Amino acid sequence: MTRSLEVNRLSKRYTLGASQRDQMLRERLIGFLKKPFRRKSAQESIWALRDVSFTAEVGEVIGIIGRNGAGKSTLLKILSRVTYPTSGSARANGRVASLLEVGTGFHDELTGRENIYLNGSILGMKRREIEQRFDAIVDFSGVEQFIDTPIKRYSSGMRLRLGFAVAAHLEPDVLIVDEVLAVGDAGFQKKCLNAMEGLRNSGRTVLFVSHNLAAVENLCSRGIWIDGGQLRMDAPAKEVIAAYMGSFAGERAPGSNLSASGDRLGTGEIRYTRLEYLNPDGSPYAMTRSGDGLIMRLHFHAKASIRDPSFGFQLYSSMGTLITEVGHWLHGMHIPKVEPGDGYLDVEIDSLNLVPGSYAVSLWITGAGGKPVYDGDVRAALEVEAADVYRSGRLLSSRYGLVYFPQRWKYAKA
Amino acid sequence: MQDLWDFRELVYFLAWRDIKVRYKQTAFGLLWAVMQPLFTMAIFTIFFARMAKIPTDGIPGPIFYFSALVPWIYFSTTVSNAGMSLVSNSTLLTKIYFPRIILPAAAALGTVVDFFVSSLLLIGIMVYYGVPVGSSLLLWGLLLVLLMLLALGLGTFFAALNVRYRDVKYALPFFIQLLLFVTPIIYPTSLVPERYRWLLSFNPLGALIESFRRVAARESLDWHALGISVLITVTVLIASVVYFRSTEKAMADLV
Repeated sequence: MTRSLEVNRLSKRYTLGASQRDQMLRERLIGFLKKPFRRKSAQESIWALRDVSFTAEVGEVIGIIGRNGAGKSTLLKILSRVTYPTSGSARANGRVASLLEVGTGFHDELTGRENIYLNGSILGMKRREIEQRFDAIVDFSGVEQFIDTPIKRYSSGMRLRLGFAVAAHLEPDVLIVDEVLAVGDAGFQKKCLNAMEGLRNSGRTVLFVSHNLAAVENLCSRGIWIDGGQLRMDAPAKEVIAAYMGSFAGERAPGSNLSASGDRLGTGEIRYTRLEYLNPDGSPYAMTRSGDGLIMRLHFHAKASIRDPSFGFQLYSSMGTLITEVGHWLHGMHIPKVEPGDGYLDVEIDSLNLVPGSYAVSLWITGAGGKPVYDGDVRAALEVEAADVYRSGRLLSSRYGLVYFPQRWKYAKA
Repeated sequence: MQDLWDFRELVYFLAWRDIKVRYKQTAFGLLWAVMQPLFTMAIFTIFFARMAKIPTDGIPGPIFYFSALVPWIYFSTTVSNAGMSLVSNSTLLTKIYFPRIILPAAAALGTVVDFFVSSLLLIGIMVYYGVPVGSSLLLWGLLLVLLMLLALGLGTFFAALNVRYRDVKYALPFFIQLLLFVTPIIYPTSLVPERYRWLLSFNPLGALIESFRRVAARESLDWHALGISVLITVTVLIASVVYFRSTEKAMADLV
C-alpha cells in the first residue's frame, strides 16, 4: 500500500496569555524602555500536542476521538497547514483538503451561485473544476430554487447543505473533516455519510473527527484516540471506541478529584470524601450526556456527631456562572443527627438538562441556617457529552447556551 | 512565489468578491467609484484653487486635482483595505490553508476597478479641456503598476503588523490622513521651496502622484524624482514581504 500521510513526533506548544499581553505595541515599547536588555521571560505555556506519530495508507478512513480539549482540533489544524507545529513534521502525499467548518468564507451578500464559486476556490478547487461540478453541487445541496438568492436569506440548514455540497465535490487525496456531521437533519447526514463512503471507495484517505461515536464506528476502519495531547491508542475503530468508552467508567467518579482538604473552607468536623456518579439504575456510569439520568452520590466522613447538618452544592459553568444551587433543606428533608463515621447522600437527577461541556460542582456542608461551615468550596468536575435530546438527529452543542429545557413544538395555521 | 502562482485563481475570486460585495444593494453601484473623486475635485477646485488661490502650475483645476485624486484614492483605499485584510478575514485564516499574502494582494486588485472607472472620467475631462489623450494612456498604466506595488508593499506590512498589534487599526487612518498633506495633491510640488524639495523625495508617493498629474497634463516627467520613488517602492515591497513571511507561520495562532 502507498502511504498518503506521515505524521512524525508532532508537537505544538501554545504560550498562555501571549495573544493578549503582546497585543499592544505600547506594552512592548514600555517594556523595552524599562529593561532594554531583558531577555524574553519564560512564559507559561501548554503543550496542546506532544509527540504524536502515525501514518495513514491510501484509502484508509481514520476516526479521531478524544475529549474536548484533548488536542484533536490542533492536530487537524496542523495537518491542514492552518497552523504550524512547534516541532515534528506532518507530510501528505497529494492534495489535502480540509473541512474544519462547513461553508468557510461564505459571504452573506452573495448568491448561492456566487458562493459556490467563492467557497470552492477557497477550498482549493480550480475554476474549471467548479464549473464542471456545478450542477452536481447544486443537485446535492437541494437549494436549486434559491441558487440566485443572496444566502443571507437562507435558513441555517440551507447554508449548511450548500457548504457541504461544495466540500463533497472536492476530490482531494487526503480529506480532513472536523465534526461536520453533528449538524443537519437525518436525511442530510445520511447523504454526507454516503459521500464519505464514496471517497473511501475511490481510494481517498479521510481523517474524521467526531463526537458521534456511532458514525465513527460505521465509517472508519481505524481509530486514533488523542488524550491530553498525546496519542493514547491507535487500533481498529471498534477497539478504540470500546477503550475510550471504558475510560469514562474506569474513572471512578471525580471522587478522587475532590479538591484537597487544604484548599477547602470549613472547620472539618465533617467532610466530603468522594463524589460518585452512577447511572439511574445504580450501575457505575460510563459517561453522561445531555438529558440522561444521573445519580450523584455524595460520600462524607464525620469525625464527631453532628446535629442538624445541611448538605448541598452549587453547579457552575466552565466560565464560572452559577447555574443552580440546591440542598437537601430545600426538599423539606431533615437529618437530625449524623453519627461519627462514613455515610452518603444520593441526589437523583431524572434528566440532566445541561448542554454538552465541562461543569464544576462545588459541595458544601454547614450547620442549620448556614453556620458553622463544616466543609465548603469542595470542587469536582462534571463532563457532559453531546446527545440528540430532541430526537431529531441533531446534536445539542454548547452554542445553545447552558441548559436545555424539554419542550415540544406544534405548528398551526391561524 | 510558486505558491502564489498556484493560488492565483483565489486572488482573483477574493478580489471579485470584494468588488461584488462593495456595490451590492447600492443604488449607484460603480458610479460611486467616480463620485468620490468627482465631488472632491469640485470642492478642491472651488476652495483651494479659486478661493485660497493655491497655484495649479497652469494646469486647469479639474485636471490638476482629478488626476492626483484618482491615484490617491486608489492608494489610500488599498493600503487601508489590505492593512485590515488579514484581521477581517480571520475566519478564513484559522480554517483554511492558502498563502496568506493572497489576502492583501486581493485587496489591491479589488480596488483597481474603481481606478479604471474613474480614469475613464479623467479621459472625459481631458477631452473637454482639449488635452490630447493618446500615448498618455500607456504611461498612465505603467504608473499604475508602480502605484499598486507601493500600495501592496505598505498594505502587506500593515496587514502583518495588525495581526499582532491591533494598534494598526487606529494608526492607519491617521497615517493616511497625514500622508494626504505631505503629498502634492492639494498643491503642486513647485509650491515647496527649492531647498526643501529633497525632503519630498523621501515620500515615494509624492513623485508618483506628481507623475500621474503630469501625464494627464501632457507635461514631461521628472525622471530623477520618479527613479528615487521606484527605488524606495521596491525596497518597501521587499522589506514588507520579508517581514510578512517571517510572521506568516504564527498568524493563525495570533489573529
